[in-house]
Amino acid sequence: MRSRAAGWGLLLAVGLALPWLIYPVLAVDILAWGLFAAAFDILLGCTGLLSFGHAAFFGTGAYAAAVVALRLGVAFPWDAVAGAVAAALLALPLMALSIRRTGISFAMITLAFAQMVFYVANAWRSLTGGENGITGVPRGEVLGWSLSPAVAYYYAAFPLVALGLLLCWRIVRSPFGRVLLAIRENEVRTQSLGYPVSRYKLIATVLSCALSGLAGGVWVLNHGFVALDAVHWTTSGTVVVMVLLGGMATRLGPLVGAALVMLLRDFLSRWTDAWGIATGTIFIAVILVFRQGIVGTLEGLVAGRGGPAAAPAAPPVEEAASGLR
Amino acid sequence: MATILETHGLSMEFRGFRALDGVDLRVEGGTVHAIIGPNGAGKTTLFNLLSGLLRPTRGRMLFEGRDVTGLPPHEIARRGIARSFQITSVFPHLTVLDNVRLALGARTRLGYAFWLPERVLARFDEEASAILASVGLADQRHRPASALAYGQKRVLEIGLALALHPTLLLLDEPTAGLSLEEIARVVDPIRRVARERTVVLVEHNMGVVAALSQRITVLQRGRVLAEGTYEELRAHPAVIEAYLGGAA
Repeated sequence: MRSRAAGWGLLLAVGLALPWLIYPVLAVDILAWGLFAAAFDILLGCTGLLSFGHAAFFGTGAYAAAVVALRLGVAFPWDAVAGAVAAALLALPLMALSIRRTGISFAMITLAFAQMVFYVANAWRSLTGGENGITGVPRGEVLGWSLSPAVAYYYAAFPLVALGLLLCWRIVRSPFGRVLLAIRENEVRTQSLGYPVSRYKLIATVLSCALSGLAGGVWVLNHGFVALDAVHWTTSGTVVVMVLLGGMATRLGPLVGAALVMLLRDFLSRWTDAWGIATGTIFIAVILVFRQGIVGTLEGLVAGRGGPAAAPAAPPVEEAASGLR
Repeated sequence: MATILETHGLSMEFRGFRALDGVDLRVEGGTVHAIIGPNGAGKTTLFNLLSGLLRPTRGRMLFEGRDVTGLPPHEIARRGIARSFQITSVFPHLTVLDNVRLALGARTRLGYAFWLPERVLARFDEEASAILASVGLADQRHRPASALAYGQKRVLEIGLALALHPTLLLLDEPTAGLSLEEIARVVDPIRRVARERTVVLVEHNMGVVAALSQRITVLQRGRVLAEGTYEELRAHPAVIEAYLGGAA
């Protein structure tokens, strides 16, 4: 019990100290991508659904937050929350269609939908600015405090992201999350027990997409700028890499993965434009050594030494991949 | 005794192959009704239709007098038909207790509660323990299902079906792959649960069929070949030729 409280305290301390350890804009990026990855893991780690189109929801959240902040003058945090709502509204029809398939077909359909969103964002210039994107998105103020300084925005975004993360973690460790795990483990059996599996999947995907949209909202206000790369398929790929790197179906895995990728990208892009090659190589190396991701493998080691019983672990990467029929 | 389950002309075709061809079945409430037949006779297909995993290409199914043809599996489960699977189908990475909790939770709406902590599932623990004790798995409750021996998984499979409190229990080869000693451990729980509900049993082991069932339907190539008690069928020439004769 005491070590758990210490763990939470340490996590909070790292969170609060982060903008003094690295520059604040990068710190907010880690928060936003960490939330995105945690929301994504509700589907990948917990439900066993690989969405390859989550950029559509992250990006929709970003565009929606930018539009309501810039044109309607909606203040923080409601502009970011509007991003979550927009992503959920988009997810409802798209995911209702996508979840009719599983495995690799689900991944392909979500990718196709995300590409549609990309082309719509490109073509709808009056709303999205097309290739130029939307610039000059104001952060506004909260309770009279201007959020223009990057550090101030970090501390405003921190509680919002923390709430989002707590919701992600609660979803995974709730009675609902148990049913999602059951679907991951054995979909036919779950249905035969009397669970309407499609309805569960739809709720899970909409929750995941809404939280991804919230992450997009936090992210866009950080940069004051959003362009097509937010809805590009590489954004979908990045979040997959983050979750696999950190560890699926672990509490901290998505955060660790997001932090690692963002820090590596920041560090390497100072030296070379080919930072993607380096990140990819590191990704392969880590997955070869830590088959369940960094956090997943470490948790496995601790549990193996008679530590507290770990939550139901995700299968190793190759087992998850072999399930993608 | 009233008829609890009937099928009329139930047929299933897979790309021109008739797995089931006009099967009429009547199961009386409170009995154990065995379905036997050689491999490929359509026994598992029949179960997949009865539990909603497949939709029949023709024919109707009535459960407690109501048409359940073409209902999805979760709806059929809610009406009171539970099944076990021939190929062991439990949740491997979850503990034995969590497996049973899931089955118990299926009758509630608690599964939608994504805002509640999972400790609320402890409300099922008492009943789950009783079920695990009745199938002899009480001491295994905290092990992951994947760590169980094969025979124990088969028993857990039955425990999951029991946790649904079904009026009709479909057991697909509960003794498949078990040793003689393990078979005895499975037969007892089945006999006990059959006192309170109707059981339809697909089984290859004739000893088990004779010991448990009051009525037997013999399937062959997707059709009903014969129906009767064990004694009647033992004397039935077509059955002897098609099935029992081949085995003896």
